[in-house]
Amino acid sequence: MEFFAQQFINGLTLGSIYGLIALGYTMVFGIIGMVNFAHGDVFMLSSFIALIFFLILTTWLGLTSVALVFLIVLILAMVLTALWGWAIERAAYRPLRGSFRLAPLISAIGVSIFLSNFVQVVQGARNKPVPPLVRDVIVLYENAQYTVTLSYKQAIIMTTTALLLAGFWYLVQRTSFGRAQRACEQDRRMAALLGINVDRTISLTFVLGAALAAVAGTLYLLYYGVVSFSDGFVPGVKAFTAAVLGGIGSLPGAVLGGLIIGLIETFWSAYFSIEYKDVAAFLILIVVLIFKPSGILGRPEVEKV
Amino acid sequence: MSVAGINVLVDETRAQAAEAKAPLLSVRGVSAYYGSIRALKGVDIDVNEGEIVALIGANGAGKSTLMMTIFGQPQAREGTITFAGQDITKLPTHEIARLNLAQSPEGRRIFSRMTVRENLQMGAAVNGGKHFAEDLERMCTLFPRLKERIDQRGGTMSGGEQQMLAIARALMSRPRLLMLDEPSLGLAPLVVKQIFSTVRELNRTEGLTVFIVEQNAYHALKLAHRGYVMVTGTVTMSGTGQALLDDPQVKAAYLEGGQH
Repeated sequence: MEFFAQQFINGLTLGSIYGLIALGYTMVFGIIGMVNFAHGDVFMLSSFIALIFFLILTTWLGLTSVALVFLIVLILAMVLTALWGWAIERAAYRPLRGSFRLAPLISAIGVSIFLSNFVQVVQGARNKPVPPLVRDVIVLYENAQYTVTLSYKQAIIMTTTALLLAGFWYLVQRTSFGRAQRACEQDRRMAALLGINVDRTISLTFVLGAALAAVAGTLYLLYYGVVSFSDGFVPGVKAFTAAVLGGIGSLPGAVLGGLIIGLIETFWSAYFSIEYKDVAAFLILIVVLIFKPSGILGRPEVEKV
Repeated sequence: MSVAGINVLVDETRAQAAEAKAPLLSVRGVSAYYGSIRALKGVDIDVNEGEIVALIGANGAGKSTLMMTIFGQPQAREGTITFAGQDITKLPTHEIARLNLAQSPEGRRIFSRMTVRENLQMGAAVNGGKHFAEDLERMCTLFPRLKERIDQRGGTMSGGEQQMLAIARALMSRPRLLMLDEPSLGLAPLVVKQIFSTVRELNRTEGLTVFIVEQNAYHALKLAHRGYVMVTGTVTMSGTGQALLDDPQVKAAYLEGGQH
């Protein structure tokens, strides 16, 4: 039971990171119906941006306040990654809008390859470590054989994810920008007829998606303490799986899907075999797609014409 | 007040007078293409301030294309479109909408996964939600059905209710020109009557300018001050609503058998 509880906490942490990345997939898919295959690499890139600022702040500038360092790194990573997200949409996707459906998809794969190679060339192919920033743990339960702990890192990751989900849900459901975004999702031409600048709304969606990936990237670095240029691929694919599992287009669905994938992966590794954890995650995806293709929280299309 | 100030005032009045004389919407020699198909072939149409103007024609004549071309989708390849004295031929769609030109398009295109209230909020987006509460109140008076369904999703409403919502959404921007594309399509005669009488009422009491495209020629021409007839991308006839109703050619082509 103690072991189970500990794995549950670990799984939720991993799932939170997947969920944050999945939010970006789901928002972009929602608005332009395109799977942004480069999103995983944007996440990886943001992790490197965070790494560079961690090192600058701690090693060069000698900042010691953990909370301050974390906050500055997070904000800088979000801003710079958002810029990347904006530039990618502008350069690689917008010119292909109105082209055939596969064109932006292929372009996205190109961007993905470009980003991972770019980081490899600029940063080197080796794993890049950062000194551990937060070490404290909270002991939740203790007996003679086993201790269940929640590390500060894990608490930070889960809280951040919960807050961001709540914030984004509010943004999309209650603000005029969110309404414009949903309008573009449903009928871009009609949105334009109502004075909505569709291109700008799509741009902003990419910017927000990238900023969320940056939060995930920073937390990933904080959690694992190391990042490599190839780290975009597998978490990217898993987060995409999470988005589909939760119901692509749904924000709570993305996070829910992320948590489920994180939990399955962790439990599978803990109880069965760590080698097959990815197989388990994707197997569940296949099962869900067969029996509930719109995902867990996806909407079945009920529309009157 | 200084002399300079008075001059400015005089200039403004002059400008307004000139604008009032010129048509509010003026379409001149407009051609538009879908790929290589020429859907509009040099169309001329004017809509004056305070008028209801109807454009009738058969399916595929290019009526809806003209509505969309006025909004820049597709953009006119030849000719000019001016609205309130400004050339809008090459403006992007959302900027045209921001000039207070509103359209209830063909097929209604309400946001089916948004509530009625949210749809109306979208309509008010061009003026940034100013006087939203007041306008919402007004729409609920004009279309009491919308008030009953204010928090219901648009997609779950009947066709007639969706059409009312589409018109209300367009009105939320307080438009200078309201463009209605086939508002009667697929609706019960009673609902059509109701919608047309609301439009007439708005024109009479508030001087709302309306440009309406219809296949239901009888109702449209009854409603309109002036009308145009469109055949395969060209305007073939124009005149007052009554004159067109009495015209034997119009009668033969658009009215026989389908009067009510």
